[in-house]
Amino acid sequence: MALLEVDTVRRSFGGVVAVDRVSFRVDQGQIKAIIGPNGAGKTSLFNIISGLLKPESGRVRFKGQDIGGRKPYQIARAGLARTFQNPSLFLQISVLENVMVGQHCRTRSEFAGCCLKTPGQRREERAMRDSALARIDYVGLADRAAAPAGALAFGQRRMVELARALATEPDLLLLDEPASGLNMSETDELGQLIEKIRDSGVTVLLVEHDMSLVMNISDEILVLDNGATIAEGSPLAIQNDPNVIAVYLGSDFKHASASQKS
Amino acid sequence: MKLRPAIGIVALVIALVAAQLVLRAMDKEYCLTQLTMAIYYAIVVIGLCFIMGYAGQVSLGHGAFFAIGGYTTAVLTTYDFSRFEAAAWGRALKQAHVFVVRQDMYGSDVLNAAPWAAFVTAMAATLVIAVLIGYPALRLKGHYLTMATLGFGLIVYKIILGSTLTGTTDGIVGVPAWSFGTVAAISGKSAARVQNYYIACGIALLVLVLLRNLVRSRVGRALRAIHDHETAANAMGINTARYKLKAFVASALLAALAGVLLTHYTGGVNPSEAGAMKSVRYVALAAAGGTTNLWGAAVVSIVLNFLSLRGWFGSYDNAVFGALLIAIVSLAPEGPLKPLGLLLRRFSGRWLAGGRSNDGAA
Repeated sequence: MALLEVDTVRRSFGGVVAVDRVSFRVDQGQIKAIIGPNGAGKTSLFNIISGLLKPESGRVRFKGQDIGGRKPYQIARAGLARTFQNPSLFLQISVLENVMVGQHCRTRSEFAGCCLKTPGQRREERAMRDSALARIDYVGLADRAAAPAGALAFGQRRMVELARALATEPDLLLLDEPASGLNMSETDELGQLIEKIRDSGVTVLLVEHDMSLVMNISDEILVLDNGATIAEGSPLAIQNDPNVIAVYLGSDFKHASASQKS
Repeated sequence: MKLRPAIGIVALVIALVAAQLVLRAMDKEYCLTQLTMAIYYAIVVIGLCFIMGYAGQVSLGHGAFFAIGGYTTAVLTTYDFSRFEAAAWGRALKQAHVFVVRQDMYGSDVLNAAPWAAFVTAMAATLVIAVLIGYPALRLKGHYLTMATLGFGLIVYKIILGSTLTGTTDGIVGVPAWSFGTVAAISGKSAARVQNYYIACGIALLVLVLLRNLVRSRVGRALRAIHDHETAANAMGINTARYKLKAFVASALLAALAGVLLTHYTGGVNPSEAGAMKSVRYVALAAAGGTTNLWGAAVVSIVLNFLSLRGWFGSYDNAVFGALLIAIVSLAPEGPLKPLGLLLRRFSGRWLAGGRSNDGAA
């Protein structure tokens, strides 16, 4: 079943067409990757799907509903979470609180209840804290829960962002270059974590430049160039696609596939 | 986690009680009047501190919201409605005790709105106006929001100054006490001075505790998230526009509440309350307390406003608050109490270590 369907979506900035009638689908339970050179329109496409940008034409359907043009918070509530290319944590508050903010759309205490600390609000607050701590533990940062997010190293911030996105209890998780800025062992751990997330029932769509990570974990890959789709298929098919080799992967790809085989 | 707020509250209660006892011992109990007024002004400041520190909104319109509260109460409780007594709605409101008969300063019977009815009207009016101002203004960011609220404040000031209903430059006097049965009354009578001091303390503490609960909850986290990174907050499922508006309105309501209470206490209100300098003063005090420190804002605000009301700053009164704002912004943007607070926390953290470990990874 298609969880996400992107149908001939187009978006331009001034005279530059960032996303040019792109269509693809993400099926339930997949890990799907979008790759392409810088400026191919990957992040713009992410921004359209998550509601930060409005498409000029085309449709985005999530769980069968048209979400094109909805506000980001509505899309998050519908079950689509994302991370950002530059980790966008709330730096003034703690790691724990960051992840608790992720649970915002699954909780309901409002101004009055929070002022008065009603029993329901206290119960909810405790539950939020417990599940946030569990998610922080899940990404391996249990000992950093009380630290201000601003005090974390770059790689750790990525993990907190991941935990925060998972806290929204998504059905589909969009990861924008999750491995950038990570070292090799961190990238390996990330790959395992993404597979673990997929196995827990969350579908994953990621934009990534790290080819060994992409080839290792993806079920399907979409290749963009200059805003348009140039190939789509399994990692093996993509590696052998002459268009992809010509336009994008070049000799780098051979290294990646060689290291994968060894 | 459980102990720390209790310590803060207990310390403040002790300080407030001690202030009263010391003033009595020194035979200077009349100073309680200015202290009570300073406490009511502090309610505006902590409300402003809430949106400045936790939601990143700097409002220069809080003097206007205070004045809207004060003037609504003053007009409704002093305007003689007896000419409407013949009308059906006038009679109905009188029967519902919304209108009450009382004697004015000259001893003749007048028909005024009851204080509670004026209060409800003042809050409702503030709610509507704050939504109307906040809805467009909060789409603006940073300085633009501040400019919009400043413009709003200037308009309110001019309206108050120019309208005979609000007494033009003289303001309104003869506002009655707000009685709660025979038990207590918010009034400026010197016999009720001590009682009113404690009423003000009680209300301010209540506001402080409620706001403190709020900033440490789901709502407070959402607001701080918006303040830190609005796009990410929205992408995490927070309706950012709605939260910003709600915080702004809540803060405006607190300013109006203070306006209502102080107007009953002093028995009148005058246009200077709506002046831009008053709004600047509130911002300066909130900044001086440390914008993410509600307690600090309350304490600094009470002390400085008390000194100001006692006339310590003489004709330099406004200049003192202007200079304070400049000093804070340039020297200690996070507030002068921050280093002190860190020191205290380290100190208290030592003997509260048990309570504190629940704070982190439980």
